[in-house]
Amino acid sequence: MRTSLLLSFCSYLENTPLSLAIQDNAWVIPSLQTIHILAIAATLIASLMVNLRLLHLVGNEHSIASVMGRYTPIIWFAIPILFVTGVILVIAEPARSLANSAFQLKMLMLCIVIAITYWLQQVGNKNAFFWDASSHKSSLVPILAVCSIALWIGIVSCGRWIAYT
Amino acid sequence: MNITSILQALYSNPVAQTIRENELLFPWVEAVHVFAIALVFGSIALVDLRLIGIRSLDRPISKVSKELLPITWLAFIVAAITGTILFTSNAVSYSQNFYFLSKLFLLALAGVNMMVFQFIIGRNLERWDNSLQLPLSARLAGFISIALWAGVIICGRWIGFTLEPVLAVS
Repeated sequence: MRTSLLLSFCSYLENTPLSLAIQDNAWVIPSLQTIHILAIAATLIASLMVNLRLLHLVGNEHSIASVMGRYTPIIWFAIPILFVTGVILVIAEPARSLANSAFQLKMLMLCIVIAITYWLQQVGNKNAFFWDASSHKSSLVPILAVCSIALWIGIVSCGRWIAYT
Repeated sequence: MNITSILQALYSNPVAQTIRENELLFPWVEAVHVFAIALVFGSIALVDLRLIGIRSLDRPISKVSKELLPITWLAFIVAAITGTILFTSNAVSYSQNFYFLSKLFLLALAGVNMMVFQFIIGRNLERWDNSLQLPLSARLAGFISIALWAGVIICGRWIGFTLEPVLAVS
């Protein structure tokens, strides 16, 4: 998606004082990207541990609720860091990101994976017996866990592909 | 055989040539490398935070490391393989890059720190099963580990901004 409106918004962002200031200081972008990757690391391991537990592959001696309680706070702690560093990176180089198909795909996958993570946490919180239920609802859980792992792989890959698209 | 001819031989091996000449392969190998190293850092950091005494205080270090370290090792193997492929594709350029050399040095230090912990400080993790806070040596090993791995990631990101192409060496 590269509409003229989007491109003119990119050129507006590019000329804001913040963007110009970052463009003048070469160390800012690699520093932000490094923080972004460290926060990604936190999100990935936390999400992976929850999903592996949902698939009964890891930590089966603990309840799903306790594994989620242990790891989901890491995700919600890291996502604001990812958001803030990500937004500044976009302001620094708007055309490289906003108008980039790898970036757009990354954002789409990000929205879906956040929705899945939030929904799983909510159903678990509302109904402690949800994980034990053998209804059609709980057969959805392993599917969502696999989707979530796949989406995170896709998000990291698209993140790297932004540099090449 | 001197170092230049070794690098030259690495540079011209068929895998390196394929990666270099195929536009899609290099970014894909890089994406796998980033994913793997993020998992290495994330999993090892959680163990380190337990060692330092910041996280998972309700669980003994033996359980925390048993749960997370298999992921660390698996991800490390993937990161090492993809990293080697990326290195050979441009061996001469990387071997002259300050951040690449620093990254290798920090990796080596992290390895030494891990060995010292594995065989000396934390030989018997079960003896700490009832301790909330661990001895200073263990907390220090955790702190050094998390700092070194963060350094590895910092250097890794900086390579991309400082690498100068050396296309052919005669």
